Amino acid sequence: MSVDDVRRALVRIAHEIIERNHGTEELVVVGLQTGGVPLAARLVELLREIDGTDVPFGSLDVAFYRDDIGLRPVRPEKATSMPCDLAGRVVVLVDDVLFTGRTVRAALDALRDLGRARAVQLAVMVDRGHRELPIRPDYVGKNLPTRRDEAVEVSEDGVLIGDLGPV
Amino acid sequence: MTSPGTTDAARAAVATARARPGTVAPASTPTARDDSASGARLATSARRHLLSVADLGRDGILEVLHLADSFAEVTERDIPKVPALRGRTVATLFFESSTRTRLSFETAAKRLSADTMTFTASTSSLSKGESLRDTVETIDAMGVDAMVVRHASAGAPHRVAGWVRASVVNAGDGQHEHPTQALLDCYTIREALARRRSGDAPDDFAGLRVAVVGDIRHSRVARSNVLALSALGAEVTLVAPATLLPPSLEGWPANVSNELDPVLAETDVVYLLRMQSERMQGTFVPSLREYAARFGLSRERAARLAPDALVMHPGPMNRGVEIDAEVLEGSSALVTRQVHNGVPVRMAVLFLLLGAAPGGLAAPEAPR
Repeated sequence: MSVDDVRRALVRIAHEIIERNHGTEELVVVGLQTGGVPLAARLVELLREIDGTDVPFGSLDVAFYRDDIGLRPVRPEKATSMPCDLAGRVVVLVDDVLFTGRTVRAALDALRDLGRARAVQLAVMVDRGHRELPIRPDYVGKNLPTRRDEAVEVSEDGVLIGDLGPV
Repeated sequence: MTSPGTTDAARAAVATARARPGTVAPASTPTARDDSASGARLATSARRHLLSVADLGRDGILEVLHLADSFAEVTERDIPKVPALRGRTVATLFFESSTRTRLSFETAAKRLSADTMTFTASTSSLSKGESLRDTVETIDAMGVDAMVVRHASAGAPHRVAGWVRASVVNAGDGQHEHPTQALLDCYTIREALARRRSGDAPDDFAGLRVAVVGDIRHSRVARSNVLALSALGAEVTLVAPATLLPPSLEGWPANVSNELDPVLAETDVVYLLRMQSERMQGTFVPSLREYAARFGLSRERAARLAPDALVMHPGPMNRGVEIDAEVLEGSSALVTRQVHNGVPVRMAVLFLLLGAAPGGLAAPEAPR
């Protein structure tokens, strides 16, 4: 995906979010550290352009909720920051790449500790498959079939797939 | 971000291939990832213990402080608890009395979802004559993951670390060290500086002048703080009558003054120590009144401090000796903040020691 492809996908996702939720009232957009945060910030901007409303924006670090603590050195990138109480809100979780689903699983646990959201929806730029848990996204930039050993990267230069060599 | 496979080859390739959003960084550019790499070294080092501030070095200290930022956010929540250390057990072994350190460690462990066990010397089989070694080996055999040890003898936690399988955290050993106190003090100073400059918390204390005042001779807090503050670049001055200085100051990266008054005006942080009467064998000052008159932070002395100078005390306090009650209630006093910050800083220490991969290779990327 080129830079323009990513931008167009974000615009479409913003429209889909507004359509599905009948507006932006009660929405909170939450980016997952680190890749989801810049995408979430851009989504909030687009929602403002399209709907004329300011949707609260937070960032979530799920390190302390991961299921691989003790298997590898898990470190948070940055402290979690929530703009408001999540109780009764509709949370749109944003991440760059959806892969095994374990990060999203951790994020759902983390959200539960931050208040009882009315609903949680998931937006990802790339769904690359290989899920290990029953998790599916609500909004997808692009479905990208990959091999397990490939690396997918979303940056300001677009989406890149790198071959990591033999497993 | 990158979504790597799980092999070492994949990890290596990711490490060289990845770039942060918004930057096209070559692999050698220092990023936050490099911090976690150094943390991994700390956490996976052969000993896995925190016995002295010197074990950490500047990088290790900063690793703890940065991690404590994340835990500080957790402690502000309605449900101040994360599942990070679920299934781990932390035992607090206090062979010497304590209020805040033991409760602070227990709170930290509970907020990480670890289980806690409390050992108190007075109600244990120590009173039946069981030795320190037999006691800690017994507790180790129950399968604890960390032991938080306080003991009246310097070096006791080092000995314990040699006997047990668990990670050992020094919670104060005699007149030697109290590393987590120094870490929470550095965290508190850093937080206060960030608020004053209304910016990011500084990682470098260069130019910061700290006066550590009082009973240096008997103080493990002073030793750990001098090591930590100077590692971060602060300039430390020890202020005490000659009788309350250690017999030798060799290896202490600090200046010395026998008078408080000349130091006051040129100090950014005044750190007052408790007069440790329980460790004093013999007479070190003519009287507490005379000590208070020369070295106590009275209201008059506090007025001569720079307007934004910070006042700290590790507790427990002798009000009217080291510090006047009125000064304590002033806006410059950080004593309550120090206690408050003890919890996230100790959460960071426990997480670094217990959340590490068991001697494993650092795999900096998480599969998505």
